[in-house]
Amino acid sequence: MFRIVKKRELAENICLMNVEAPRVARSARPGQFVIVRVDDRGERIPLTVCDYNREEGWVTIVTQVVGRSTRKICALNEGDGFADFVGPLGKPSEFVYENIDELRSKRILFIAGGVGTAPVYPQVKWLKEQGAHADVIIGAKNKSLLILTDEMRQAAENLYIATDDGSEGFKGLVTDCMRELIDRQGKKYDVVVAIGPMIMMKFVAKTTLEYGIKTIVSLNSLMVDGTGMCGACRVSVGGKTYFTCVDGPEFDAHQVDFDEAMRRQGMYKTIESRIEKMEREKAEGHSCRIGLDK
Amino acid sequence: MANKIPRVPVREQEPRVRATNFEEVCYGYDEAEAVLEATRCLNCKKPRCVEQCPVSVKIPQFIQAVAGRRFDEAARIIAQDSLLPSVCGRVCPQETQCEGACILGMKGEPVAIGKLERFVGDWGRENGIRPAAVPEKNGIKVAVIGSGPAGLACAADLAKMGYTVKIFEALHKAGGVLEYGIPEFRLPKSRVVAAEVENVKRLGVEIETDVVVGRTVTVDQLMDEEGYAAVFIGSGAGLPRFMNIPGENLNGVVSANEFLTRANLMKAFDGEYDTPIYVGKRVAVVGGGNVAMDAVRTAARLGAEATIVYRRSEKELPARVEEVHHAKEEGIEFRMLTNPVEVLGDENGWVRGLRCIRMELGEPDASGRRSPVEVKGSEFDIECDVVIMALGTSPNPLISSSTAGLETNRRGCLVADERTGATTRPGIFAGGDAVTGAATVILAMGAGRQAAGAIDAYIREKNGMETSESSR
Repeated sequence: MFRIVKKRELAENICLMNVEAPRVARSARPGQFVIVRVDDRGERIPLTVCDYNREEGWVTIVTQVVGRSTRKICALNEGDGFADFVGPLGKPSEFVYENIDELRSKRILFIAGGVGTAPVYPQVKWLKEQGAHADVIIGAKNKSLLILTDEMRQAAENLYIATDDGSEGFKGLVTDCMRELIDRQGKKYDVVVAIGPMIMMKFVAKTTLEYGIKTIVSLNSLMVDGTGMCGACRVSVGGKTYFTCVDGPEFDAHQVDFDEAMRRQGMYKTIESRIEKMEREKAEGHSCRIGLDK
Repeated sequence: MANKIPRVPVREQEPRVRATNFEEVCYGYDEAEAVLEATRCLNCKKPRCVEQCPVSVKIPQFIQAVAGRRFDEAARIIAQDSLLPSVCGRVCPQETQCEGACILGMKGEPVAIGKLERFVGDWGRENGIRPAAVPEKNGIKVAVIGSGPAGLACAADLAKMGYTVKIFEALHKAGGVLEYGIPEFRLPKSRVVAAEVENVKRLGVEIETDVVVGRTVTVDQLMDEEGYAAVFIGSGAGLPRFMNIPGENLNGVVSANEFLTRANLMKAFDGEYDTPIYVGKRVAVVGGGNVAMDAVRTAARLGAEATIVYRRSEKELPARVEEVHHAKEEGIEFRMLTNPVEVLGDENGWVRGLRCIRMELGEPDASGRRSPVEVKGSEFDIECDVVIMALGTSPNPLISSSTAGLETNRRGCLVADERTGATTRPGIFAGGDAVTGAATVILAMGAGRQAAGAIDAYIREKNGMETSESSR
């Protein structure tokens, strides 16, 4: 069992957990992910590594409730544990391998959407530790869904917040906020890294293409094993098929076929929602008369 | 005359019934049937069957024990060479190995060696026959990567020689392809696979799951930091192949690996598990190997109308005859000499069909099989909402790319000596699908055993010890 040593609610339905996993903690680097399983009957769920402590042997993950399995995860408490916690998987962020001096001279903008803020944080923190600088835009629907803003303020050179309803910071989408920074405030960026919902990454890519800024996205494709065995995470990049789990999760945003990626992400949605509905109805004492629950 | 007795038929679940459940297809022999079949064995002086067995099970000896109703003795005889008799009795291609060489098979039917092995394995398990006591540990650590057939066989032999063996498994459950690949109706998981894995553990072998070697820890870290004197890589075949035809990334196109992993390892057929699986109404499985048969029969059991699409003719199907026969009995449709050229999608990006072209057989290719050639202008569509690609796999580069000095061949397979499994790095050995590409359970076990002997010799030589007598 992989024990949860710390749990913190970051927002409604978003929780942060430090999980005891010494082997993963020792090898993890920014940009990688883990696969967790709550119990013996649970699915294998990929989650991005949000932080790690090699000495104390724990890894931080942040989970947002989106379905049955993520609800099970967020229902766990300190002292509970995961049946499985395997990783680190995927390739580390490209900049981990870059020349430090070059990295320091680069102007990097991170764009984090919703729960995507969590995987952005270790990257920004890592850069700061290397003496490099990064600006960060965090976007969310409203103020209550913003997470890790205090931590990010510590790590980022400049932090900008954008909310759809203007309840905090810039009112509008992250892409509008980026345009504002570049067009009005005269900011210049060499690289943009966007992590968040697929639709946000798609529009960030579209916008940065206009500006000719190199852009990297971290994809959260469906996966089973996470080691290249199943191919569920196939993604088209530059017209070629890649596996997110072993070739990614980070890719050149301007080459990714986002429409296909979004469609593939929804492959099991109808099945899952049907199961959820059946479970709910079962709990309410309704048994299916046409045998769908069989 | 013993060989006048016809081969004892094996009882099977009624095809129409079993096509809707995941219970085992074949019931196996009971005691009386096994004893009768065992009496057919001629007990040859020079047993050709043993030569054809990759792990050299002492076949005539164990069969004689069965004929004499000494089942516990039979179990112990097999255990000297294999700790997975219930697995091998079920999934080995006996027709091309032991049974293929049986003298009786020249004029009539060979002894049902596989069914007898299965009987002995099952009897031993059900009657609490445990592997023999292991010798005192010699204190030397060996790491085994992968808990599939190659890794289990290698680990078991090393443990019997006194080594402290730990298996590192990437998935959450031990067994490798026995768990994620082969379906429940051919190889029951908790009753057979888990039980035989347990027997390997009884030899003192430790299994650590959730460790992806090459990511979680490297081979060099295992040797330099964790003190393993040698490493055996039995990491399996890995990455699924696709056809690179248009529409292959539509929703509803999956690899056989994904489909079977969801069904087998993740138990998607069991409502108690959270795993989703999509089978739709009509499933087309592309390919003709054992994996294709497993996928198509699983799809049928999950309620789909299921079809095999294969580019050569039935004669060239690489799957075992028994699997093809079972699939046909279960109502699987076979479309031979048919090759997909495009997966067709609907307006939402879901599969609605498979465009195929008819093939005819041309000249024999390098494999000796007549190679299929397209019949121009013969395209036609097969209606389906799921396409499963069962086209084989290529090796996973995770370990080779993270271990300096470990060479791979043109196909990405690890380069290893055929007899010893020695790779291009001293102290690192490999075997099974990671070396050969997709093959069989028993060949992987054979490679694991050979490597165990070679690892023992390597360590003894390095430590200036005498060569082991018990290494084989």
